Amino acid sequence: MDYSLSDLGSIFVMQAFAGLILFSVFVLMALGLAIIFGQMGVINMAHGEFMILGAYVTFLCARGFQTYLPSLFGIYFFVAMALAFVAAGALGMLVEWALIRHLYRRPLDTLLATWGLSLILQQVYRSVFGAREVGVELPKWMMGSINASDTVEIQINGLFVMGLTTLITASVFFLLFRSGWGKQVRAVVQNRVMAGAVGINTEKIDRYTFAIGCGIAGIAGSAFTMIGSTSPTAGQSYIVDTFLVVVFGGTQSLFGTIASALTISQAQSTLEFFLSGSMAKVFTLLTVVGILMLRPQGLFVLKIRR
Amino acid sequence: MASRDQRSDLQSPFRRKLLAGMAALPAVSLLPRRAFGAAATAAVNTTGLAVTDDTVTVGILHSVTGTMAISETGSVEAEKLAIDQINASGGVLGRQIKFIQEDGASDWPTFAEKAKKLLVNDKVAAVMGCWTSASRKAVLPVFEQYNGMLYYPTFYEGLEQSKNVIYTGQEATQQILAGLDWVVKEKNAKTFYLLGSDYIWPRTSNKIARKHIENVKQLKVVGEEYFPLSSTQFNSVINKIKLTKPDVIYAIIVGGSNVAFYKQLNAAGIDLNKQTLMTISVTEDEILGIGGENIVGAYACMKYFESLDNPNNKAFVPAFKKMWGETSVIGDVTQAAYLGPWLWKLTVEKAGSFDIDKVAEASPGVEFKGAPEGYVRIHENHHLWSKTRVGRARADGQYDLVYETADLMEPNPFPKGYQ
Repeated sequence: MDYSLSDLGSIFVMQAFAGLILFSVFVLMALGLAIIFGQMGVINMAHGEFMILGAYVTFLCARGFQTYLPSLFGIYFFVAMALAFVAAGALGMLVEWALIRHLYRRPLDTLLATWGLSLILQQVYRSVFGAREVGVELPKWMMGSINASDTVEIQINGLFVMGLTTLITASVFFLLFRSGWGKQVRAVVQNRVMAGAVGINTEKIDRYTFAIGCGIAGIAGSAFTMIGSTSPTAGQSYIVDTFLVVVFGGTQSLFGTIASALTISQAQSTLEFFLSGSMAKVFTLLTVVGILMLRPQGLFVLKIRR
Repeated sequence: MASRDQRSDLQSPFRRKLLAGMAALPAVSLLPRRAFGAAATAAVNTTGLAVTDDTVTVGILHSVTGTMAISETGSVEAEKLAIDQINASGGVLGRQIKFIQEDGASDWPTFAEKAKKLLVNDKVAAVMGCWTSASRKAVLPVFEQYNGMLYYPTFYEGLEQSKNVIYTGQEATQQILAGLDWVVKEKNAKTFYLLGSDYIWPRTSNKIARKHIENVKQLKVVGEEYFPLSSTQFNSVINKIKLTKPDVIYAIIVGGSNVAFYKQLNAAGIDLNKQTLMTISVTEDEILGIGGENIVGAYACMKYFESLDNPNNKAFVPAFKKMWGETSVIGDVTQAAYLGPWLWKLTVEKAGSFDIDKVAEASPGVEFKGAPEGYVRIHENHHLWSKTRVGRARADGQYDLVYETADLMEPNPFPKGYQ
């Protein structure tokens, strides 16, 4: 194969960009789970279904705007994301109250319970929206790409996902590390009994933490309608990558989640370019397994006394 | 002891005749009530299938829950429509069709279990069912062991033939070769990039495509790649496509990955009106999820499109929409599923019997002139003779027919030189 140098250069730029998009997607996927799994210790197997709830909310929003407010269709996506956050968060709160709070002392049972929940949600989506995939129509400005040069094209929805991820990550960091509420969350995570003894309402903290984790999943699901499919079982295709990112990063460290998302996404996107899609996945997983064997606690751990 | 045995032996033929005569009496009393012209049940059903004097029971075995429900729902709908229409036109050998529906739940062992239940407990006369090759492979030993009849609707990779299965979809060579010939001639294509989801159908199909491109057409394959079924990120391969600039992207991606692939292709600025893309895995059903605006201009190669302009299809499409809603769409497999009950009815009437062996034997040569895709005929190898068509995707999610083979393509599940 003979490629011109400028071709190779522009491919290199676009490939770097593809890696960054994948990085943003991974962070967005994993952030909600990192809060729920990392901070609360709940293995939430229904994380993907909360994402798909966000996607369906976006779908309904698109339909609603098309029918009643066609003039504002260009900005419906922002409304949809806000609604997705509220809907997934509200469902999260309900689930925490009805199911999760009874299982805090039995972390492995949460795995089974939330897996059951994911099956229930899948069937609910199937009954309500039908088994087929639904197409979510996007406003015109979100489609296509910007021509940075003759050969370099930057995808608008990629830029959008990157911007969104930055915004949400910043908000989560502010919430957890710069607000009074965040201090309470971290106190509950580190020692539930003592936190309760000093007057923190641990039940309330748990409920809101779980709801925010689910809400972020909802936003992620809403954003992914731009790049992926919306069907009752689509959440399943995200769950493995999500857990991979969170576990690899070290479950209790949000910074670890981001570092691991960066590592995995860059490895995968580079390998995909030089190998084929399936083989890239194999090598990425092998690398992760290898590193986890040497460092079972993940990349980053919080140093606290147990 | 010996003498008593002998005596009963002597008596028994007479006794048996007498008993049989007595047993037949109630049946005789029923005779006037039976539909006019229908043959006696004992004559058309010698193996104890679920056939009565005025009904016959068949099975429907698809996934209505789980990941495959997306694809299989259309097949179930088409089969129920066909059964309704056959009943309205007088049934099969004067008997109304009843059906028992089982859910394979997208799980292959469940398919095998339910197939056994349908054949052994319910004794159904035929089963319309399965979608993925994996589910078909799971039920095949059951159908062969308990001697059942399966009508399988999906286009698939070939390399299989059974007395107990009628394949109403196209096998790989029927679907692939004519389309490649067309794109080489029409688009003057020289280089191809093959893509697929990572399982047996896309891999076998791409193997056939590659052999045809390289050995028969003497052209070049510049890339061949597979992605896990749940893959949702295609930016790297899209960059590779941009680098290699193939004349044709040949894509056999399925399920949710499909949606991600076409959305990202569109977002990456690849205009399918300029870049030729041919697929054998995107029917009108899939476009619902992908969104017409993301795939407009792509070519699909299969045997049926909802927009086909022939009298059969003009009756079929409104009937389907009347039963299942105006917004429903009809893809290639849905149409093939619709053929199943009809072909079975025609075969049973040709054989004059519901017996599985007689139906299997009578199958070759059965013609269905009312098929929405046009005329079809069952081949000796239990696949269908059918035309192959190329359609071009429109923004509204339908295909415009741009080419169809002049003759019926012969099914060739074991193609020499392509394996």
